[in-house]
Amino acid sequence: MTLDSSPARLSIYEAASANRWRTLFLIAVFAALVAVLAYFVGEYFAPGGGIAALPFALALSGGSAVVSYFAGDKLILAQSQARELGPDEEQKLRDIIESLALGLGIPTPKIYVIEDSAPNAFATGRDPQHASIAVTRGLLDKLDRTELEGVIAHELSHVGNRDIRVMVLVVVLVGTVALLADWMWRSMFWGRGRDRDRGGGGAIIAVIAIALAVLTPIIATLIQLAVSRQREYLADASGALLTRYPPGLASALRKIAADKEPLEVANKATAALYIANPLKDAPAFFDHLFDTHPPIEERIKRLEAMN
Amino acid sequence: MEIVVVLVIIGALALFFIATYNRLVTLRQRVKEAWADIDVQLKRRHDLIPNLVETVKGYATHESTVFQKVTEARAAAVAAGASATPEQRAQAENVLTTALRSVFAVAENYPQLQAVQEFKDLSENLTATEDKIAFARRFYNGNVRDYNTSLQTFPTNVFAGVFGFTPEQYFELADATEREVPQVKF
Repeated sequence: MTLDSSPARLSIYEAASANRWRTLFLIAVFAALVAVLAYFVGEYFAPGGGIAALPFALALSGGSAVVSYFAGDKLILAQSQARELGPDEEQKLRDIIESLALGLGIPTPKIYVIEDSAPNAFATGRDPQHASIAVTRGLLDKLDRTELEGVIAHELSHVGNRDIRVMVLVVVLVGTVALLADWMWRSMFWGRGRDRDRGGGGAIIAVIAIALAVLTPIIATLIQLAVSRQREYLADASGALLTRYPPGLASALRKIAADKEPLEVANKATAALYIANPLKDAPAFFDHLFDTHPPIEERIKRLEAMN
Repeated sequence: MEIVVVLVIIGALALFFIATYNRLVTLRQRVKEAWADIDVQLKRRHDLIPNLVETVKGYATHESTVFQKVTEARAAAVAAGASATPEQRAQAENVLTTALRSVFAVAENYPQLQAVQEFKDLSENLTATEDKIAFARRFYNGNVRDYNTSLQTFPTNVFAGVFGFTPEQYFELADATEREVPQVKF
């Protein structure tokens, strides 16, 4: 890949329109997932109860989609204990963000700081007009200017690509599905005794319901991961094209990876938003299946190949 | 039967014209929006310069030609901002950049000036603004290239002129000096 800006700009417009379809597709998949889950669990509790559970499930997934569209970014920022910067704070950071936003042709997003010494950053919001970017204190302290520019350019690419809306939606929907599955799993576990006089059909339904309650959150997580890993590479590339200095981001990623401190305000739902996995305890058992981010070495290798 | 075929062909052509026309309007609109971004930053640069000149003047009293040059260059750049084409504005900005460079060269001879907070703030502000101009310019030129390319490729080039679409100008600053000017050493 060369450092000419044209392919990247084109891909940003393309990514933006692809993300619009992806958003609709995701909502549909999640709604279907919740509906199937609700149907079988409803059947499990009372034959014919599956249909009754459907409107409830659809209202829930529709409701959380609406909430995440309008307030998902605020929920995520509040959960991450991010504080919005005043107009005179961190002028250097503000200048970097304003410059790079001009380079992408998007409005300057709102700027938040998370008072945590682990270096990391994320962007969120509904569209470039309603976007926020959050960086940790550790990122400001530990990175030099070119590295900081690399990280900010990566995050702003997520904004320009309209990744942020998909990501917010995914975070909230995965959270909802996980919550729902968890709740059903518990109620099935405690409620089993009532239905001992079931026939064979009931047993099959029960097996399907239990399997779904286990599988749904896993499927939901896998969707989230598949979605977020691809776009990290794309944001790395378009970020590097924006700064025209790939080594900046590469060096920042190296520093972030070398930092062993976990980011306390991040959790499994929001981890996918960050520029690098903020939870340092990746499960070894599933190996790379549940990594929210591509391996940092691979990202650095690709950035170095751009030179 | 023939009428149907003719109607289909006319309909397809009409659809093609509408789509192309709308695409050109979108691309031209993007160029205009990008230009507005540059304009804001150039105005900001023009606003910072009088203060800078005043601050440096207070210490470097014997350098009136330098100050006069930069003040004139600024006035020319502001005047160009009112009506001139991107090419003319770029020229005026390049002259201003050169003049500004000599102000900073003068400032380097006055160590007391380097310690003045206002001077530091102004030069940092100017550096940041130059940076923003550079990025806004890149975005603008990218949009101009996209627009001009689609104007000049077949078959759009055949009828673009009829609809009043004309190529837009690039905004080219003297590349080598553009980032150097505000790099003030303290």
